[in-house]
Amino acid sequence: MADQGLTSVPFLGGGKRPPKEKPGPLEYLRRWPLRVIVGATLVFLYLPLITLMVFSFNTSRRNVVWQGFTFDWYEKAFNNESLLQAFVNSLTIAFFCTVISVILGALSAVMLWRFRFPGKTVVEGSMALPIVVPEICMGVAMLVFFARVMPWPMGMPWPLNLGAITIAHISFAFPFVATVVRARLASFNRELEEAAKDLGASEWRTFWDVLVPHMQPGLIAGALLAFTLSLDDFVITFFTAGPDTITFPVKVYSMLRFSVTPEVNAASTILIVVTVILTAVGLQMQNNEPKDKKA
Amino acid sequence: MEQTWRQAKAAFAAIAVPPIAWLFLFFLVPLAVVWGYSLGENTGPVTIDVTGTFANYMRAVEPLYLEIFGKSLIVAGLTTLLCLIVGFPVALAIAFASPKTKAWLLLLIMLPFWTNLLIRTFALIAVLRENGYVNAILEWFWNNGSGVMTMVGLQPLGDFEPLTLLYNNTAVVIGLVYVHLPFMVLPLYSALDRMDRSLMEASLDLGAGHLRTIWSVVVPLAAPGIASGVLITFIPALGAYLTPDLLGGTDSQMIANVIERQFKRANDWPFGAALSFLLMYLTFIAIAVQAFVQRKSERRG
Repeated sequence: MADQGLTSVPFLGGGKRPPKEKPGPLEYLRRWPLRVIVGATLVFLYLPLITLMVFSFNTSRRNVVWQGFTFDWYEKAFNNESLLQAFVNSLTIAFFCTVISVILGALSAVMLWRFRFPGKTVVEGSMALPIVVPEICMGVAMLVFFARVMPWPMGMPWPLNLGAITIAHISFAFPFVATVVRARLASFNRELEEAAKDLGASEWRTFWDVLVPHMQPGLIAGALLAFTLSLDDFVITFFTAGPDTITFPVKVYSMLRFSVTPEVNAASTILIVVTVILTAVGLQMQNNEPKDKKA
Repeated sequence: MEQTWRQAKAAFAAIAVPPIAWLFLFFLVPLAVVWGYSLGENTGPVTIDVTGTFANYMRAVEPLYLEIFGKSLIVAGLTTLLCLIVGFPVALAIAFASPKTKAWLLLLIMLPFWTNLLIRTFALIAVLRENGYVNAILEWFWNNGSGVMTMVGLQPLGDFEPLTLLYNNTAVVIGLVYVHLPFMVLPLYSALDRMDRSLMEASLDLGAGHLRTIWSVVVPLAAPGIASGVLITFIPALGAYLTPDLLGGTDSQMIANVIERQFKRANDWPFGAALSFLLMYLTFIAIAVQAFVQRKSERRG
């Protein structure tokens, strides 16, 4: 950010700019070829999503012609028992996944940041594995594990029947949390921890009153990441889900296989809105955080 | 300074045991079992004996499967290339935008990345299919063009033939680019944002054009960012399951689809296990190549 002043052209002072001014040498966004590319990219990224959302309000069954505005598809989606159940399942899994991933992720981050121990490189490398291993490989590993090594008991009461999926989600989500929290820990002044201990705080109090408050923005960002990763996951869930443990993406997938009706559009629109709100809240929290802390 | 674990054994145990135990039990053990199965064979409807055979790997390099591996590599490579071609100018424009525009553009690029992969793929189906958006627009142009031609006394164009944009390899590549573009733009942006701009200004002052400056100054400086963008686009594209499954035709199967079939339909777990480990090895090779390129460019820079 420091070199910002270098590129912003001095005579751009005010908010108003003269209409025919030549763009500065490095103001690439003000050159038309790049504007066209950026614009086209944004259309490419958003046109499908906006179309999807718009047609969830369309009276016609076919997603082609606009015929009139309706909430029918939302009503249908809300009355679709199994779709609703899948949505609740997804949120439940995402909630438990987030809580446990944040705890495990924070612990791994602190472990790698604070200690030197034999085999640290191996542990560090293994922690990175869930991030890089292809989803399909992890999916089949979970399938095999829950089918042969540790079968999840059948017929458990809800939410316990979601255990296998939740465990699988935690396994890929917590290393992401660890990465985010560790980045945050890099800016922690270790002397603060020593000072707390010198002043007589116990190991636990130091952790809870000194380290955790510093990690907080990282924990929030990690929690959001874990929540969205869990809510978003299809492939790994597809391999661990049973007939009575359907999540939202798996349900949408089977609806898509069956027939594409605007009901799917309506359900998807709800999920998109939920995700966008969550992301906005998360960004807001992160933007506010440094101001409070630096004061 | 890091502490040695001996200085606070109890704290170390309390902190280290839960994540390591979880990782071991719920990640490394499952992978190890799959690895074991890849060296085993079906001995009954539900029993697999780990016999140490290499037969599964031998089968994986038969021409049929080799072709699928080759095809997956080509599709993933093409996706990465297209993402780079589109993503580089976008990242360049964002990196040199005013701080406010920059924040908005980054958010706009990130947002689709946060929406569900399945939903994005589904959204693309509605746009690409025969009575979808793209064809509707093309038809409108076609019919109007046809009308104009009759008006000026030429033969009309005839009936509109919708383009088949779905259920083929083109659709898979379009879908993969659509899904992975943010993966490419973000690392490129962060590399370009960190770059020393005075070098570009020097190049422009000394009379090089913009394209030449980008090619001989910006690209070499941003090489590590390009390498990591390429890697994090290539890896998920190579192992993509959903996109070829939903957008592809019968001949657009990628490795992940073959693996899924072995586990869910063909019930040949040992062979599926061998295929998924081959995919994993390919991933590791890609990571190693990237690390090598990175180290080389750092040493040079």
